[in-house]
Formats: sequence, structure tokens, C-alpha cells
Amino acid sequence: MKGQEMLGNRSSLSRFGGSLKTGLKDKLGILIGLIAMCVLLAIFTDSFATSRNIINVLRQMSVNAFLACGMTMVIILGGIDLSVGSVIAVSGCLCAGLITNNGLPSGLAILLAMGAGTLVGVFNGLVISRTTIPPFIVTLATMNIGRGFARVYTANKTIMVSDDLFGFIGTGYYGAIPAPVIYMIIAIAVVGCILAFTRFGRHIYAVGGNKQAAIYSGINAKNVTFTVYILAGLLASFAGIISASRTFSGQFNVGDGAEMDAIAAVILGGTSMTGGVGTLSGTVIGCFIIAVLNNGMNLLGIDSSWQYIVQGIVILIAVMIDFLKKRNQKF
Amino acid sequence: MSELLEMKHICKRFPGVKALDDVQLTVKAGEVHALLGENGAGKSTLIKVLGGIYTKDEGEIHIDGKQVDIHDVESARANGVSVIHQELMSVPYLSVAENIFLGQEETKSGFVKKVQQNKRAQEILDEYEMDVRAGQLLGELTIAQQQMVEIIRAISFGARIIVMDEPTSSLSTKEVDILFDTVRKLKERKIGIIYISHRMAELDEIADRITIMRDGQYIDTVVTSETPRERLVALMVGRELSSYYTKTDTATEEVILEAEHLSDGKDVLDASFNLRRGEILGFSGLVGAGRSETMKILFGLQKPISGTIRLNGEEVKISDPQEAIRLGIGMVPEDRKDLGLFQESSVRFNMTIDVLKQFIKGISYSRAKEMRLVDEYIKKMSIKVASPEQLVSGLSGGNQQKVLISRWLMCTEKILILDEPTRGVDVKTKAEIYYLINELAANGLSIIMVSSELPELINMSDRVVVMCHGRTTGILDRAELDQEKIMTLATTDIVA
Repeated sequence: MKGQEMLGNRSSLSRFGGSLKTGLKDKLGILIGLIAMCVLLAIFTDSFATSRNIINVLRQMSVNAFLACGMTMVIILGGIDLSVGSVIAVSGCLCAGLITNNGLPSGLAILLAMGAGTLVGVFNGLVISRTTIPPFIVTLATMNIGRGFARVYTANKTIMVSDDLFGFIGTGYYGAIPAPVIYMIIAIAVVGCILAFTRFGRHIYAVGGNKQAAIYSGINAKNVTFTVYILAGLLASFAGIISASRTFSGQFNVGDGAEMDAIAAVILGGTSMTGGVGTLSGTVIGCFIIAVLNNGMNLLGIDSSWQYIVQGIVILIAVMIDFLKKRNQKF
Repeated sequence: MSELLEMKHICKRFPGVKALDDVQLTVKAGEVHALLGENGAGKSTLIKVLGGIYTKDEGEIHIDGKQVDIHDVESARANGVSVIHQELMSVPYLSVAENIFLGQEETKSGFVKKVQQNKRAQEILDEYEMDVRAGQLLGELTIAQQQMVEIIRAISFGARIIVMDEPTSSLSTKEVDILFDTVRKLKERKIGIIYISHRMAELDEIADRITIMRDGQYIDTVVTSETPRERLVALMVGRELSSYYTKTDTATEEVILEAEHLSDGKDVLDASFNLRRGEILGFSGLVGAGRSETMKILFGLQKPISGTIRLNGEEVKISDPQEAIRLGIGMVPEDRKDLGLFQESSVRFNMTIDVLKQFIKGISYSRAKEMRLVDEYIKKMSIKVASPEQLVSGLSGGNQQKVLISRWLMCTEKILILDEPTRGVDVKTKAEIYYLINELAANGLSIIMVSSELPELINMSDRVVVMCHGRTTGILDRAELDQEKIMTLATTDIVA
């Protein structure tokens, strides 16, 4: 019997050691990638390592970080939300329109616009949690509807806004730190806490890991799913306000394809597309990589068309490394 | 009978583990040769070496006395070896005929000769007296029939050695009989069969010889008819098991749960029974009798359309699992992998998912409290883990089951439902689970144990409820429990 016990222990020990090491390695890998990028850019450009540019990078990534926070929860839940890019346009345009066309006070306009954006999340959540229609299809539909709504509402024209409070959200400063960066840090802290320390967070992992098992464990999978999509909508609609505020306008085409950047950040961060596995810290690193990559290519004067290709290649490399690592684990 | 297959001095190492150490196996033509051993004994590894999924580090494989080189699935198949896996590998959306000829379709300038293929498939199906049409979608068949299709597929590939890995684990008694008929037909055709199963009773019925493995080593090969079961168990675990089943008198007179005329309108038509405090109540019946579905009603996973449930004399509506847990009912589901575990999560995560309230309040999370709880149960249940952070998917079936039972012990106050608690679990863990069940009952927990293993039900239950076609057809007391009585009740249709 001794032999059996030792054998069992040894094999599980090596397996555990492996998973712990690769768990660390997973994050270390992209962290090293990020640091290497920063170091190279600092060497090859004069302006990258300036405080002005770093603050600029942070500000540029704030919209994507909002979307990626929601997307991390959605993907850990085993879903996907393609509508968040359109929600940016819905809330941004609506807010601009309510202020400029209807003369509403900006505070009220912001709340109403965020409410409307969140409604998209409510609808997604309702349908996805109550039916077996795949999230991809439901949110593909709401993505189109949202974008269409923004076009109809603005009549395909940009709505200009001049309002101090509205302008502050995207362009203001708290001391030396831009307001959107502060909001981003708050969002990351809140979502990070939810995922790591709350019951709701555990339930997200459980439903994403094995929905049936979650239901059999007495977890209300419907409510968890519903809530996660609402949160994704809420985060996206605030990102819409930030993004509109930065240009002092509501533009119907803003946030086009933004959902893909968010998904890319989540994947770069090591979250599994099949659900149940992932961390927000990984996603934040993913957001940094995308932001630094775009910023660096701008500084290096690389044509924006090429930036798409480079970003695609970076994602491929990251997931290939992940794949090879996992394959090596299995003997 | 001549030696059809000879595996000699087979060694296979994985990083840190010697999974096979000088293992041998000989199978004669027309023989059913069982492989017996606890989980982790090396049976699956040996089979994977034979099937070409793993390559051996050392050793020789001879077929018909000639040494053969098996290095991948293709070469194994070319040498007449076919493995029927536990999880079926067939395609549910293709027809039976298409599945049989998958990968060896007869074609004419690129097009599959469908009519001819169907005809040939039907001939083979008829030959094995299968009540299946070649044109049917595979997904429409029962698991047993699908298994049979896989066997036929293997034969059509010219297989002479067929490996069956726990083929009966999801079959009803009747289906097992049909499978065994097929196995006997294969024997007549001089096909060698390697049979892996945890069920001892089956081996008596079907196996000619048994090779026992333990800790990756070859222990012995015995003739089934000459070897008593105790001897097999002793060879398997390396010592005599003094008491396999543990059962003491634990039931009280106090009725804790009464279910009357429960029905979900589909799988459960009329189920009535009661449960006493400290009692182990067995549930028997064939697959499809409505046992698991009755448990679903008790656990709030299925709404009954009629009937009443009384807990401590008070009528309750169990609308969802949350309510069931609140009322003190817990359930370890039948299908560990699909309904129980979060495979990609840690042992800790899996254990505490139902008791998060104990250490998470709002956003204040006490990791120390959680670790204490997890450590306590790992010790109490003697679960073999390197660390609570180990992924649960890396554990053996027995240890996975212990993790799942721990989850429910943490939060269950009154009634614990165990659906097939020892399925896919090795002998030693089985004995441990029996001991645990008895102890829980002695501490006042009421246990409902659904099981397809009659010996387990007979030895562990205070009473056994038998179901047939959604109805409870009888309740047997411990004194009158025997296989025959249970089977009679499980196969009688009572028209209400």
C-alpha cells in the first residue's frame, strides 16, 4: 500500500509543481513581453519614456480597459459580448444629444445615457440567461441594433457638445492624473475585487467552468449570467461617456471594433475562451500591451494600417506560446 | 487455444513516475481476458500502449507469434488492435452505417456509395441481431447500442484484438446482458478480448482469465473459475480487506422526510417513500426507472406537477437547489465530471463553493478561514492531494469523488443524497466511502443512496426503495433484501 501512496503523491506533486510554475510563467511571459517592449521603445524613441507620454498611454487605454474589465467577467463566464463597441456609441451619442439638442443638465444626461447603454446589457443578459441562444449571436444582433440606433439618433452627423462637467470626464485632471485614468483605476479595482474576493466572483468562475455543476451546487446561474452582462453594459456605457467627452462630441461611428480590442486584451491576459479560468490582472497587462504597442508604433511613425497587422501578429504569437506550453505539459 | 497477443516486459515512464514496470499480458484467440487493478494501477496506460496512443519505452508486443511495431493508432489498427473507449468516439449526427465505415468509406470517383454501404452495414447489424437500422442517426440510439456499433466498427476494420474499457459503466442490467451476448459471439469468431471493469460480478460471468496489476506492476494472471473473489481483491490491493462494507444499526424511528405520489409528468410518475433520521435508504431500479429524476425533485432541480414532500411533518415546496440547501438537503450527483466538478479549478475552489458565506461577507474575504476548512476536510476524508491549489482534474476518480462529497458534507445538515457514490472509484476508496456513509448515518444524517450496484445496496441499506418506469414498486427491509427480490420489483410494471 505504501508504494501506491508514494506513487500517487509523487505524480500529483509533479503535476501541481507544473501547474504552479506555468501559472506564474503564464503571467511572467506577457509581463516580460510588455517590459521588453517598453525598454525597446525607451531606447529607440526619445519621447516614449517621458511622463507626458506615459500619462498619454494610460489615457488612451482607459476606454479599452473599461470594456476589457467587463469582457473579462463575460469570458470567464463562458460567454462573449460583441455589443460593447456599439454601446460606446449609444451612450456617447445619446449623452451629447440630450445636452445639446434637449438642453438637459449634463449630470442628468450622463445618467440617462448610461442607463440606455446599460439597457443593452440588460437585454443581452435577459436573453442569454433565459434561453440557449449563443451569446455570440445575441450580442452580434444587439451590436448591429446599437450601431444602427446611434446612426439614426444622430442622423449620421456629429453632435458637438460644450459643457464643463461633460468635458471634465474625458479631459479633466485630478492633480497631474487625467480623470479617465482615475476612473479606470477605480473600475479595475472594483472588478478585480469582485472576481477575487466576492461570492459573486466565485460564482462567475463556477458557472463558466461548468454551468451544470454550478446549478447542481445551488448557484443561481441565471442571475449570475444576467448580472455579468449588465455590468459589461454598464462599464461600456461609461466608456462611451469618456470617449465622447474626449472629443466633445457624440459620433455615431465611435467604438467601431472596440469589442475586438477588449477581447484581444482578455486573451493576451491568459483568460480561457472556454470559460472558468482567467484573471483581471492578466487582462490589465493585456490592455497595457495593446496600448503600448499602438503608442510605440505611432511614435516610430509606423503607418496605422500596419498597426492592425502587427497587433494581429502579437495576438497570434501570444496564443501560440500558450498552446505550445500546454501541449508540452501533456508529456 | 493459441497465444494471439503477447506483451512482454513493457515499461513506460512519465516524468517522475514509472507508470508501467515490466508488465506482461497474454491473450488467447477467443478468450475474454480481464485486466483488474485499482485506479492508477496502470491498466489504462497498458491499453494505451497497445492501442498506439502511448509509445512504450521498453518491451515487445507479439501478435500471432510475430513481433509487431505499434507506434501510433494507425499501426495498432493495421495489426488488428481496436480499443473501445469509455467515452464513445463516434459521431452522433451521422448515420449508423456512416459511423461504421467512418474513415474507410467505399467511394466511386470521390462519392460515397451510400446504398451499398447501408446494405453492408445492415447485414452486419443483422448478423449481431441488433435491433437497429443502418440509416438511423447514431445519436438516436441508446448508449448500449452505440457501444455495439463501435464494436461492429472495430470488427469491420478487421480487428482481432478488441479492448473494452469499462464498457458497462453506463449500461443497465438488461443492456449488459445484450453486450455480453455480443462478446460471446466475438469469442466464437476467435477474437481476443481485453476487458477492463471495476465490477467483480461481471468478471465471474464473462472473463476466462484475469490479469491483476498494482502500482504499474504485473502481479498475477489467474483463471476466473478457480479464483474466489476475496483472493482477487487481496491481489489487487496487496492485502486482505478485513471489512469491505461497514454497516451498523444507525436508523432511528423518527421520520424526517415523506414523499407522496411525486410526479414530474415524464420520468417520475408516482414515487412515494419516507426517510428516517440516521437511515441509509437505498434506491434501486434499471436505468430509466426515474431514480435520478426523483432525486432531482427532492433537490429542487425539477418541479413536480403533483405530489407532496413533507420535511419533519411540514409540507415544503422545494423550488430550486438554493431552497433545498436551506432546508438541509444536499446532493452528490451521479455524473461527477459533467454535473459535479469544476475541472479547471482547484481542489479548494471545488470544495468550498457551497459554503462561501462562512468566510466571505460582502467584500471581506478570510482566506485563512477557507484554508482551515479545506485542510480539515482533506484530512478527515484522507484525500490525496499535493496542495489544496492543485487542479481537481489531476486527481484520481476516487479522490475526485471525495472532494465532491466534502463539498456537500460542509453544507448538508439533514439529508444527503448520493447518486451512484462509488461509480468509477477504486476498491479501496469504495471501502472508505462505505465507512464514511455509515459514520454519517450514525451521526444522525439521513442518507439516500441511489445505486446500480446491487451488492452495494444490499450491504449498505437499511431499506431499499425499488423503482420501475417512474413508479416506486416496493420498499424492502434490510432483512428481506436480496438480488432476486429487487430485480423482480425493478422489472414489474404496475399499472396504476
